[in-house]
Amino acid sequence: MEPILKGRNLVKRYGRVTALDHCDFDLMPGEILAVIGDNGAGKSTLIKAVSGAVAPDEGEIWLEGRKVDFHSPIDAREAGIETVYQTLAMSPALSITDNMFMGREIRRKGPLGSVFRMLDRPAMEKFARDKLNELGLMTIQNINQAVETLSGGQRQGVAVARAAAFGSKVIILDEPTAALGVKESRRVLDLIQDVKSRGIPIILISHNMPHVFEVADRIHVHRLGKRLCVIDPKDYTMSDAVAFMTGAKEPPEQDRAA
Amino acid sequence: MTESAQVSVDERIKQESFLAKLMKRPELGAIAGAILVCIFFLITADPAMFTLSGVMNFMTPAAQLGILAIGAALLMIGGEFDLSIGSMVAFSGLFFGVCVVTWQLPLVLSIPMTFAFAAAVGAINGNIVIRSGLPSFIVTLAFLFILRGLSLVGLKMATGGSTQLRGVRDQVENDWLAPVFSGEAFGGLFAWLAELGVVETFKNGAPKVPGIPVEILWFIAITLAATYVLLRTPAGNWIFASGGDKVAASNSGVPVNRVKISLFMLTACCAALVAIITVMDAGSTDARRGFQKEFEAIIAAVIGGCLLTGGYGSAIGAFFGSIIFGMVVIGLTYTDFDQDWFQVFLGAMLLIAVLFNNAIRKRVTGER
Ligand SMILES: Nc1ncnc2c1ncn2[C@@H]1O[C@H](COP(=O)(O)OP(=O)(O)OP(=O)(O)O)[C@@H](O)[C@H]1O
Ligand SMILES: [Mg+2]
Repeated sequence: MEPILKGRNLVKRYGRVTALDHCDFDLMPGEILAVIGDNGAGKSTLIKAVSGAVAPDEGEIWLEGRKVDFHSPIDAREAGIETVYQTLAMSPALSITDNMFMGREIRRKGPLGSVFRMLDRPAMEKFARDKLNELGLMTIQNINQAVETLSGGQRQGVAVARAAAFGSKVIILDEPTAALGVKESRRVLDLIQDVKSRGIPIILISHNMPHVFEVADRIHVHRLGKRLCVIDPKDYTMSDAVAFMTGAKEPPEQDRAA
Repeated sequence: MTESAQVSVDERIKQESFLAKLMKRPELGAIAGAILVCIFFLITADPAMFTLSGVMNFMTPAAQLGILAIGAALLMIGGEFDLSIGSMVAFSGLFFGVCVVTWQLPLVLSIPMTFAFAAAVGAINGNIVIRSGLPSFIVTLAFLFILRGLSLVGLKMATGGSTQLRGVRDQVENDWLAPVFSGEAFGGLFAWLAELGVVETFKNGAPKVPGIPVEILWFIAITLAATYVLLRTPAGNWIFASGGDKVAASNSGVPVNRVKISLFMLTACCAALVAIITVMDAGSTDARRGFQKEFEAIIAAVIGGCLLTGGYGSAIGAFFGSIIFGMVVIGLTYTDFDQDWFQVFLGAMLLIAVLFNNAIRKRVTGER
């Protein structure tokens, strides 16, 4: 089967640090792919490269078999790739609603929208409220609250809701549960399953092995800027995965990345 | 709104009182300041200050500054500064003067050309800032000197050695577009009001206030337009987002560079508008036009609640900031105080405004 999102030979250098070192990447249609690796292994850089947030120095990316060259996250988003960055990408002084619709605002119908470019705030608010309720983020009542007044976990919830609501081809989540409580993490995992059942593949970066082993179809182990191996969570234990990722154990030959 | 009624109420969230909401508005400080300054002059100044002609007297400089301050405020909300707007007034004034006097073009050509010229200079400013990644403070500081110098050199070339270009009035006097950019509006209305005795008249029966100076109307219109854009359109959200956190904004789909360059162009066009109005008013242009206006405009924007770090502020705030400015400049002439207190007053206002706005921000974000 042809991967929906494919990267080959990706290189990204930051000065003397090589964050991506001729890295390959494959996401299959409809799957949940977990990406694990030590701090600084280059996971975030990898997903930034495939989502247009950084331009790789070398390498090529294909989406649905077509070669793509994203110059900004806007390009990737228009192609249907929705990303929750580790830093979340929220505008602090703006409301939850305005943040959810940032860059794709709904305008009023008729000349108010087309000529005067007026926002349709009621429609945006209703949509935002529905999406947050789906995520069970009921502790957020005021959809017009500025994002800077939300707790870290609530912010993460809003970012995940935004990605899940708008992603059409690929959804990328960089540590989406890092700041979440037990109950909220569970909601995000449910949401991930839910998105998968809609047929949309997901890339999940996480340091939480139980979460990874619970939801992932395949696990991409990242080490020193490149893909070390891709393993099936049914064939290995969590401690195996951690051992591969830290270099304590060599991955078996058949799973080794080319 | 039926669905909002269905949302279950969380007991931890209490309804905010109107006062609490008001306390969070960025323009609160400027409005409070304007009221205080008003009270101060009501007590100390000659009552003539608050007659109709007195009000027009202080609103005219307030409007000329305010047009710049609104542009500066939008740019500051977008996270950048422009220290070259004062020099830009002189530079676009020169260009406008040359169009009208040297090239003898009608206003219908001269004015759009002046705006296009200013926008182009603004775009150069913006592109250098964006492409170099340098702070706009430094880049536009360079342009503060470059544009001022070019205005001097250009004026001498255009006039053959003088730093003043005269003859604008003779050229535009009979131009059909002149009333939009110079003089007073609603003259007929004021004459009629004078006949009714509502407006004071001179001995010969002419009203003491012949109309509303056009810059005041421009000032109000620009404030309303800027407020609408900031609060009701996608562009407004993009401006706040670009100034709040550039990387986050770009990651969430905002064309940050385009937003910022457009704002530089807009600010330059505000300077051009002030240049056109004041040059037509004076009938001439000179190289000192707009001197230090960049600082006054930024002060008005800051008094109006704009944060120096960007991402926060309002056009209404800058509106009142400019009015405070006009009241102080002109108001002191109606009092017994030495006029040179003006600068002390201005500096103190700036300091108080920043302290006040800072305290408000801390309240909004919960003491972080
Ligand atoms: N903007 C940057 N400038 C300089 N170096 C960077 C930058 N971004 C990442 N790096 C470096 O690239 C390497 C990989 O970083 P990356 O953020 O991709 O790691 P990660 O695997 O996501 O780590 P974590 O699990 O901590 O999120 C690190 O050594 C980091 O210091
Ligand atoms: Mg990371």
